[in-house]
Amino acid sequence: MLDPIFIKVLLGTLLLAASSSVVGAFSFLKGESLVGDAIAHALLPGVVLAFILGDGRNPLFLIFGALVAGLIAHYGISFLEQRTKLKGDTAISLVLSTFFGFGIMLLSAVQRTGLGQQAGLERFLLGKAAAITLSDLYVFAALAVVLLVSVAVFFKGFQLMTFNEDFAAAIGLPVQAIRFVFTILTVLAVTVGIQSVGIVLMAALLITPAAAARAWTSSLRLMLVLSAVFAATAALVGTVVSASLPKMPTGPWIVLALGGIAFISLLFAPEKGWIARRKRAKGNQLKTQRENLLKLLYGAEEREGETVAMTSETIVAMRRQHLDGLRKTLRSLKKEYLLVERPDGFALTDKGRTEGRRVVRLHRLWELYLTERLGMAADHIHPQAETMEHIITPEIEALIVKELGNPELDPHQSPIPYEED
Amino acid sequence: MEKSIEVHNLTVSYHSKPVLWDVDFKLPKGKIIGVVGPNGSGKTTMLKTVMGLMKPDSGYTEIFGQPLDKVRERVSYVPQRESVDWDFPADVMDVVLMGRYRKNNLFKRITKEDRRIATEALEKVNLLEFADRQISQLSGGQQQRVFIARSLAQQADIYLMDEPFVGVDAATEDAILKLLRDMKNEGKTVVIVHHDLQTANEYFDWIVLLNTRLVAAGPKEEVFTKELLQEAYGGRLTVLSKLGDLISDTEFPLREPDFKEDHPKE
Ligand SMILES: Nc1ncnc2c1ncn2[C@@H]1O[C@H](COP(=O)(O)OP(=O)(O)O)[C@@H](O)[C@H]1O
Ligand SMILES: [Mg+2]
Repeated sequence: MLDPIFIKVLLGTLLLAASSSVVGAFSFLKGESLVGDAIAHALLPGVVLAFILGDGRNPLFLIFGALVAGLIAHYGISFLEQRTKLKGDTAISLVLSTFFGFGIMLLSAVQRTGLGQQAGLERFLLGKAAAITLSDLYVFAALAVVLLVSVAVFFKGFQLMTFNEDFAAAIGLPVQAIRFVFTILTVLAVTVGIQSVGIVLMAALLITPAAAARAWTSSLRLMLVLSAVFAATAALVGTVVSASLPKMPTGPWIVLALGGIAFISLLFAPEKGWIARRKRAKGNQLKTQRENLLKLLYGAEEREGETVAMTSETIVAMRRQHLDGLRKTLRSLKKEYLLVERPDGFALTDKGRTEGRRVVRLHRLWELYLTERLGMAADHIHPQAETMEHIITPEIEALIVKELGNPELDPHQSPIPYEED
Repeated sequence: MEKSIEVHNLTVSYHSKPVLWDVDFKLPKGKIIGVVGPNGSGKTTMLKTVMGLMKPDSGYTEIFGQPLDKVRERVSYVPQRESVDWDFPADVMDVVLMGRYRKNNLFKRITKEDRRIATEALEKVNLLEFADRQISQLSGGQQQRVFIARSLAQQADIYLMDEPFVGVDAATEDAILKLLRDMKNEGKTVVIVHHDLQTANEYFDWIVLLNTRLVAAGPKEEVFTKELLQEAYGGRLTVLSKLGDLISDTEFPLREPDFKEDHPKE
């Protein structure tokens, strides 16, 4: 397995995958994930025509064919979007299917002559890194290096074009030229990429590593590096599996490995991962429960006109909340001295009362805002305010108070309790 | 009067539907100028056309008496904050440094001098301590100040800003305004797109009142009367859009999960 040919194929595949994923990262950030897919499909007729018209064994010739077809497809999509009423993805699908259909037609014609088999044209469909000849490999590896170097050289341009194209144009950057370079790089990236994963799975190679990388970092440079590392790792898995097991295709394994990496990233990444977000949502949930409890006690005090203590049983009955959840909420409030536990139950401290008053105030302010500004009926606003009272920041509160002119009563004629200072 | 911007018989359309009709005015130098009009009145379109981002159907625009290409380095543009995706992987410093990008340094590394200028700009908008912060984690007001810092880093003579006060809290609004006045005192020209009439009168020296056609342009005292302003603009609902942002930013659950709807109203 560690014979020199395998090592060369492996290195080649790693480079192919890494370089196309770095270019793909910009497509991902631009939200143009589908364009890469369309270009990949559109390359097929170019490649097959290059084979028919010229020397089918020469990889440079195939690349040239791919480049021409890719560019025609890319500008075809732009043309359709600008000149017709077609929506973006309709234009993309149209170009994709037309080109691909044409390519398949040509491919079957060539295959009938028997020449296609010899040239290994079918490898473009599903990718077959192991079948790449050494001379192919040198060409594609060189191309991969060109891609990586170009991205490094054009980094500032690509960064600004992706983030804020209007600004790029406003400071006089040659946006047309930069966009053209990016298009060429995309087509080349797809051309090298399909050597390893094939046309059908190419979009995954462009986009998935970037999506996974984005979950881990918020630095563009680091994101590009991580995309390359993820793509190379997946390429390693794919190549090794297909070399060790009989009849195992490389491309699908690469894409499967990528899917695994993306899945892990989206699940476990700090901050952006699903689990981290769940945790944050849980934190917000605790905040909501705490504030609702303080509000409950504040409301009771408001009715009674004096300090009120409630046992956890009373609270459970009033809030119809599970006792377990309530205990946790009570503990956290006690720890921060918002509640005290007395023999007759839990009561607000001064600090807790201020907090409870704030929640009640926000609730009533929001109800008033809904009726006054949005014309909602007074009996429809309560559920909305239940949520908003936990979200409104002091900044927004001030804005509402100002806009409503320091109101005193809510739509149900309850007083809006301000802090007296 | 020394001219900063001239807009000459300008007509601009989207898909052959004109959104600016034969607009014609000249602006002075060294003033804070408001381009004012309700939503959809073509303010952004006008600014984009002046910046060469849209081709007019007819007419032309000039800055300091010359076509834009001749004076580009003296012009700074602040797009509408919502026009970019703030989830883009970049920190505050990255964005401010973009103000130092030029055609002739596109392939060069960022220099120490660039960093110094960017740092200074961040200091002016009071965001230096946020230099390493991810832009996605900023509040609306902070994002707006990042855009202004980027614009300051360009060290231009005229600044065109699209709605810099939208989504900004009162303290930030004051800070931005003070900054603009300092810039004016240094002899810079500041053109602000603005849709809030309450404040327009107070903020600007000179006003262009736009509503697809040019309604009026001149010193603010001449251009409009209070009655007219209140007639043109109704109540506003800025609170709503702010809350929308906040909810999506903080992933707030819309309800407590184990909480039943119809509990007694407090
Ligand atoms: N990309 C676009 N395509 C089509 N119509 C647009 C586009 N952008 C703006 N418009 C229309 O042009 C008009 C002016 O828009 P705009 O210049 O953004 O106004 P303002 O900045 O004053 O709110 C509006 O009616 C808007 O709907
Ligand atoms: Mg606008």
